[in-house]
Amino acid sequence: MSSTPDTPQGGFRLSMLLNDTRYRSYTFQFIALVAIIAAMAFIGGNLVRNLAAAGLNISYDFLGQQSGYDINQRPIEYTSQSTHGRAALVGLLNTLIVAFLACVTATIIGVVAGVLRLSPNWLVRKIMSFYVEIFRNVPVLIWILIIFSILINATPAPRAFKGADPQASMWLWDSVAVTNRGVFMPSPVWNEGSMMVIGVFLASIVGIFMFRRYAKAQLFNHGRLISTFWPSFGLFFVPAILAQIVLGNPIGLEYPELKGFNFKGGFTIRGSLIALWLALAVYTGAFIAENVRAGILAISKGQTEAAAALGLRPKRIMSLVVLPQALRVIIPPLISQYLNITKNSSLAIAVGYMDLTGTLGGITLLQTGRAIEAVLLLMLFYLVISLSISFLMNIYNNSMTLKER
Amino acid sequence: MSDTNAQSVAFVRNSEIPASPPPLGETGPVKWMRENLFSGWVNSVMTVIAFLLIARFIMGVFPWFWNGVWDASSIKDCRNIMADAGTAGSACFAVLVDRWDHLLFGFKYPATEYWRPTLAFVLLVVCAMPALFAMYLPRKLLIATALYPFVAYWLIWGGSLWVPVVILGLLAVTAAIYLFIEGLSVSLRQAVAGIVGALSGIGLGYLLYLGAQELWFISGNVSAGEGIVSTVAGFVFMIAAIFTYAFFIPMGIFVGYAIYNSYEDGGLVTIVTTLFSLYALMVYGLGPISAAINSVVPIELEAVASRDMGGYMLCMILGTVCVSLSIPLGVVLALGRQSNMPLIKGVCVVFIEFIRGVPLITLLFVANVMLAYFFPPESSIDLILRVIIMITAFSAAYIAEVIRGGLAALPKGQYEAADSLGLNYTQATRLIILPQALKISIPGIVNVAVGLFKDTTLVSVISMFDIVGMIRGPIQQSTDWISIYWEVYLFAAAVFFVVCYSISQYSQWLERQLQTGHR
Amino acid sequence: MKKTVFLGALTLSGLAAVAASAGTLDDVKARGILNCGVTTGVPGFAAPNASGEWEGFDVDVCRAVAAGVLGDPTAVEFVPTTGKTRFTALASGEIDMLARNTTWTFSRDVDLKFEFIGVNYYDGQGFMVPKELGVSSALELDGATVCIQTGTTTELNLADYFRSNNISYEPVPIETGAEAVQQYNAGACDVYTTDASALAAQRANFPDPSAHVVLPEIVSKEPLGPLVRHGDNEWGDIVRWTLNALISAEELGVTSVNAAGLAADGSNNPEINRLLGTESNLGEQLGLDADWAKRAIEAVGNYGESFARNIGESTPIGLARGLNASYLDGGLIYSPPFR
Repeated sequence: MSSTPDTPQGGFRLSMLLNDTRYRSYTFQFIALVAIIAAMAFIGGNLVRNLAAAGLNISYDFLGQQSGYDINQRPIEYTSQSTHGRAALVGLLNTLIVAFLACVTATIIGVVAGVLRLSPNWLVRKIMSFYVEIFRNVPVLIWILIIFSILINATPAPRAFKGADPQASMWLWDSVAVTNRGVFMPSPVWNEGSMMVIGVFLASIVGIFMFRRYAKAQLFNHGRLISTFWPSFGLFFVPAILAQIVLGNPIGLEYPELKGFNFKGGFTIRGSLIALWLALAVYTGAFIAENVRAGILAISKGQTEAAAALGLRPKRIMSLVVLPQALRVIIPPLISQYLNITKNSSLAIAVGYMDLTGTLGGITLLQTGRAIEAVLLLMLFYLVISLSISFLMNIYNNSMTLKER
Repeated sequence: MSDTNAQSVAFVRNSEIPASPPPLGETGPVKWMRENLFSGWVNSVMTVIAFLLIARFIMGVFPWFWNGVWDASSIKDCRNIMADAGTAGSACFAVLVDRWDHLLFGFKYPATEYWRPTLAFVLLVVCAMPALFAMYLPRKLLIATALYPFVAYWLIWGGSLWVPVVILGLLAVTAAIYLFIEGLSVSLRQAVAGIVGALSGIGLGYLLYLGAQELWFISGNVSAGEGIVSTVAGFVFMIAAIFTYAFFIPMGIFVGYAIYNSYEDGGLVTIVTTLFSLYALMVYGLGPISAAINSVVPIELEAVASRDMGGYMLCMILGTVCVSLSIPLGVVLALGRQSNMPLIKGVCVVFIEFIRGVPLITLLFVANVMLAYFFPPESSIDLILRVIIMITAFSAAYIAEVIRGGLAALPKGQYEAADSLGLNYTQATRLIILPQALKISIPGIVNVAVGLFKDTTLVSVISMFDIVGMIRGPIQQSTDWISIYWEVYLFAAAVFFVVCYSISQYSQWLERQLQTGHR
Repeated sequence: MKKTVFLGALTLSGLAAVAASAGTLDDVKARGILNCGVTTGVPGFAAPNASGEWEGFDVDVCRAVAAGVLGDPTAVEFVPTTGKTRFTALASGEIDMLARNTTWTFSRDVDLKFEFIGVNYYDGQGFMVPKELGVSSALELDGATVCIQTGTTTELNLADYFRSNNISYEPVPIETGAEAVQQYNAGACDVYTTDASALAAQRANFPDPSAHVVLPEIVSKEPLGPLVRHGDNEWGDIVRWTLNALISAEELGVTSVNAAGLAADGSNNPEINRLLGTESNLGEQLGLDADWAKRAIEAVGNYGESFARNIGESTPIGLARGLNASYLDGGLIYSPPFR
């Protein structure tokens, strides 16, 4: 009996669909397919009936209609005469802007805080763990609202800069104004000859790379160590500045000036962007700090000791031995934090930043009443953003993982 | 040689020198400060900067806090009191006193019944203990954890006590039915399987027939629209309809036969029969029985509609309910994603990646503006139930990913060992794989739970009055407290911090406990 | 069978309310409670008070309808809605009527398939600026930063107005009134624009109300009124004539105090008798009983009483009647006759 094969001899019988492991999976999948179709029928049928009862239809025509509202932060040209579709595009770009800024800042904050949490200094360690705990354990929506309130009330209004004896003054030789409407900064003006300066600058960057390669070749081939920092530093600034002076200041600066109600001219970072950017960066920075700390702690102590035995100083141990290895542990959770930032940026609605949720999922939805269409499109946009981020970051992650041979 | 050597030593100490005290700079606080605060000039500078920052922060916040007004009826009142005391610009905590109940329970929960959610919360902490500290407490206490949902439901929503009790009773009856059928002789079970198989075959066939009709209807309706999209969508639905029309009879026969065929070892027939009887008991038994008992022995609490829940209580309810519902769902999704059946795997992957790719707020928009269109016109499903559905789906996707990590971390040998013991998929999963995978995943699940609990504040965006919604709606918009910000937001931050910090401390503790098990 | 299976499961959850679908009136009567959509809080119009009772000018319309249909002004379930969710809530049947200062516009009426049953408040979009800016007209606002409370027609009116006058501005959209006020008071915007009624209401609660002026320009027409779904005309009639009853009552001098007396003793004015149901059978024609209007008036008072109690000059909101005076006093509030 023990030699009885798993499948009885003979042809296919119906009961084998259930009892035979070879066919059972097809049965289950078939049942799943039927269940999906049934769910589709149920949801779709109700949708069609409900819409018919309300006299509505599904139509994306509104995307081509005039939007009629203004947006303050416009990365591309947009007026109230533009279409809802273009408004959604502006919102999408604004989402990407704040997400990018917050990702970069959160990484910096997170790495600094994570390293400082392991600092030998007790006070610094405690402050950092206080920061991490307090931000990790309170909802991001509350943080956005609090940070927004702080920024609005702690920075001066533009009208405080007015008068003979103003209550507030601009920073950096009257070039930067920090107000509760945003930060106003000088912007470059490209006059004739600017291209020359830019060309020189690009050439000097190429020069830096070549110099570094040369230094490396010297080190590897002849064992001569050439200091690269100061020469690169000089090469970075000096030729461009010289070109600027020689050509008679082709690149000018436009300074913001207080005119009427607001600062005019120059480059503006709006308060709502700063609030959201800062809130997301500080909030997510706390999570990244924990990832960084875990990553550093995951590097076995032997590595540090071995590096110390080689005579490296603590700073070099950190930058040459520990951090590069810790990076492999840190990157995967970092990807999901970046995704979280992108998704949490949809809370922009609370501070009046016109991101995708503010335009397409906000005013457009309100004005057209096309709730189903707008929400579906909104989800599609976020899905595409998230999937692209995780795709790109996974490529990077794969290039970083240890290639075991 | 050794002898001479020993004799040449003039003096041998035979007792230890008592340890002399370390130099003054190497003891007590001085040493501690030198090592921890001033171990180098970089460190010293950092210490000084940190100290200045702390001092500045305290000096800025302390007077605001200390001079706060706790007793006033409105913000104007507050401002007057502060102006009189010369402490203008301090905190006005009176809003917390005035709106304390609203912040915690929402403004519509009956004031005389506040003890109920409070008691439910206390019981939550108590009843969670056996599950949280499973290694220290006797397993029997887990019964309390299992009973908790019924007690909490009754306490929070009110109504007749007999409803949850009868549900419990019916569950017990169902279990008895299960055991009864398992225990039947094969010939008797064959009869049962025949009846049940025929019934469910016909039922399923009829359901599918309805579904096919529905699909046909949709197809006609959709393709009536303009554009290529509606034509394609209409075509897809038409194919689905034709497919279902073709298969509803074979499907019914097949499922009916499958159930009948399982009479020898039980299994399918037992499960289907049990589910049938559970459904029948719940639909036809629950109402009449509990009403009958209630008319004899009325034990009732004032019923509270779920719409009336609000404040921090709403966050707690959403957090607890959604996390507990999403763990089983997450396990199923994770197993589905690991499965080697392409269709089931595909469905799970699409679901998980879709949910993880969109922000929770858009899912809440779906709950608020779209879900109503997905249900039959005559049913109106409460907003809170729709929100629970969406949040549960959301957290299930994240929990599924955590559990998938746990499954992947299991050594391959475990799967092979289970196979070599001759266990089938269900047995292997239930007895070998899941217990280990879940144990590894617990810290991750706790993290997801904390994140989800924090995210419940997002329901304020869709006009539900949780604690943030309460602040941004009724409190800040009332004429009494129209421009109050810091006090209420800090309060909200504080209550969240207390709960989330405790949970994350627990999670870290648990992680340490679990680590020792592996070494 | 499929639907019963599904609904059975829902009933089990204990959270779902299932009602047979007939006319809205039958639904409301069967349910014994009126589901009325309101805002999440606008002082004076709809906001829960300290003891959790909804009160306000819009809330009174709901209560009047509930009193007329169900005989109990407290039999109302107030469903808070945001600007985003209000129309779906109404279209999907989650609420029976929407009384949420909603502007009557062509597209809402026609494209979104709703029926505005009248106007209970004539509003218009205004601007508020701090006095110290020295601005006396909206035309002087070139380059200003403008805080807008989103969720209404405000953004569109603003864009139209500034474009037609060729003025540049910087819009700052804000979700709630309270946050707009916070920004405005901190100087993060120069101008705060929303409906003039809300401007007045919010200014009244500023630390120093006299430091702010509402500019004379009213840039839009905002007829605010309750609305119901298209296609259920019986229900629309009930809501429309309940509002008209409140307005007529003010015109005819019927108040919450004297309504019972007038109904018992009869009046020389046949229109009062028809309104209060002692003559003719207007109530039955609506599918209600004869006393419906009397109950509505007794519950919330006539239009003038409700106005004075919630947003009138003696309240913290302190709005003058203005356009919203009865037509007898030169306003726009006017009810078709009850006959």
